[in-house]
Amino acid sequence: MLYREAGQFKTSYDADMAIFPIAQDRWGMIAIVVIAVVIIPLFTSDYIMGSLMIPFLIWGLSAIGLNILTGYAGQLSLGHGGFMAVGGFAAYNLAVRVPEIPILGTFIIAGLIAAAVGVVFGLPSLRIKGFYLAVTTLAAQFFIEWVFANFPWFTGGTMSMTLDTPSMVVFGYAIESTRDHYLLTLGIVLVLTLAAKNMVRSQLGRAWMAIRDMDVAAEVIGIRPLRTKLTAFAVSSFYAGVAGALYAFAFLKSLDITAYDLFRSFLVLFMIIIGGLGSILGSFLGAAFIILLPIFINVVAHNFSDQIKPDFITNAELMIFGGLIIFFLIVEPFGLARLWMTAKEKLRLWPFPH
Amino acid sequence: MTNGKSIGDTLLRVDDVSVSFGAVAALTDVSFEIREREILAIIGPNGAGKTTMLNVLNGVYQPDHGTMTFNDRTYTRMRPSEAAEHGIARTFQNVALFRGMTTLDNIFTGRTLKMKSNLFMQAIYWGPAQKVEREHRQAVERIIDFLEIEEIRKVPVGRLPYGLQKRVELGRALAAEPKLLLLDEPMAGMNLEEKEDMCRFILDVNEEFGTTIALIEHDMGVVMDISDRVVVLDYGRKIADGHPDVVRQDSAVIDAYLGVAHDAA
Repeated sequence: MLYREAGQFKTSYDADMAIFPIAQDRWGMIAIVVIAVVIIPLFTSDYIMGSLMIPFLIWGLSAIGLNILTGYAGQLSLGHGGFMAVGGFAAYNLAVRVPEIPILGTFIIAGLIAAAVGVVFGLPSLRIKGFYLAVTTLAAQFFIEWVFANFPWFTGGTMSMTLDTPSMVVFGYAIESTRDHYLLTLGIVLVLTLAAKNMVRSQLGRAWMAIRDMDVAAEVIGIRPLRTKLTAFAVSSFYAGVAGALYAFAFLKSLDITAYDLFRSFLVLFMIIIGGLGSILGSFLGAAFIILLPIFINVVAHNFSDQIKPDFITNAELMIFGGLIIFFLIVEPFGLARLWMTAKEKLRLWPFPH
Repeated sequence: MTNGKSIGDTLLRVDDVSVSFGAVAALTDVSFEIREREILAIIGPNGAGKTTMLNVLNGVYQPDHGTMTFNDRTYTRMRPSEAAEHGIARTFQNVALFRGMTTLDNIFTGRTLKMKSNLFMQAIYWGPAQKVEREHRQAVERIIDFLEIEEIRKVPVGRLPYGLQKRVELGRALAAEPKLLLLDEPMAGMNLEEKEDMCRFILDVNEEFGTTIALIEHDMGVVMDISDRVVVLDYGRKIADGHPDVVRQDSAVIDAYLGVAHDAA
């Protein structure tokens, strides 16, 4: 079916303001959700679900969080890994110390705790902008890592570096297999993605973008800068916190502060830059690019392993990955999501030039 | 021009306002008033303090001393968001739109103070939140109709030509349904046709919505045509205040614009 709007008339503002106003987009989304919920769990292996889909979804969720803060509200942050750590450690401690709380509640509370920490470290954003704010959020990253590494209370009184996360039970159903873990992750990610999409297309999202684009004009309109920026920090850190909790409970199945280091903060930042700042779709595209592409290159390269020396392959993988990052940023500096939008705009008219 | 329009009482009174930046006195003891439903033009040579005056009126700058009385309440200092809450909206000399957002979203942001909806309702986008969005969308669409910018509704404003950007910015200010609208050089950099359109919109806003307007403008033809009263600033001081025809004859104003002939010693 061609990607055309012709014949789709909107007769109400509700229809025009729907989440996917174009019918083809609606069908595309339904297809993706059906594939994710039905086809992947039924027809794919534990390897695809456990090693590809779960990290992809979790990093996509984390990237949405940073995209809300950096892409929509324009506040550069290098502390995202730290806020994920807060979520991971909060969820672990809640699950171990207060096992009465159902696991979904634990994740939500962990997200809220991360949001509170995010708000505290977001306070300087009223006075500090751009690269300087990035440096203050870097302080958040180091401080959070230091706290969790040096206070044994957070790791249950042991000095052990890695802790196994407790098993999870959702509505009386024990989460055991990789498929269970995948479906739990998918459910949480779907709900939070929908919520994020709704926030960015309503009043809150417009206030964030207004602050990003022209803060003086935003204030003149009556948007309160501090409140708007802190809401962005809170929502962003909430997403980071839930993603951090899922990363520990559903992917690593262990808790380890080194899993939330500065490198992860950079990784999420790369995801949103390559995927597209200010785009929910871009967050997932960026996560796919950073998480899945190296694995894909690795698999392809190993098909040639009998002809080429293995150490050359290892280096070639990194070079191809780096080359692709540069290639995509030159083709479209605004990210993969913009590339996709441009393609859609062209498709609307194709094959006619105007 | 002003036939059939009843100019009311004082809406905003400025008393002895002074602003200085370091050693530079941008405004010195300026007093004037803006009356309900009038169009007041603030004119003056470059550097006379016109934009500083607007920035004081909506709280971007704080005066060193002096007060402003708006709607019978006196202020010495006001934050920009407070000014917005009291019903003062403005546009900027250099277009200050949110470039990454569409025309529709830009005008929507103008309704910020009128929209009450909490974060969780917006995240669910259901019930009250959706109702609020729908109601305000209608108000925004009325402004889009009024300014004749229907076809650029969903275009990011960064892609629009300058004249249209100015019009969208006017729309964003109107969306707040202000009591007092401050326009900083609404016609700067426009061609004749765009200027005529903008004049028409300003007069329509004034007549149809009864909005009080204070504007800064350099085009004297425009100023004399559309304004009910003119305030002239020069080097941060008010040198004239009155009906356009009276101000035009004022010797101090002529001196300020054309320069004073000093006696050759």
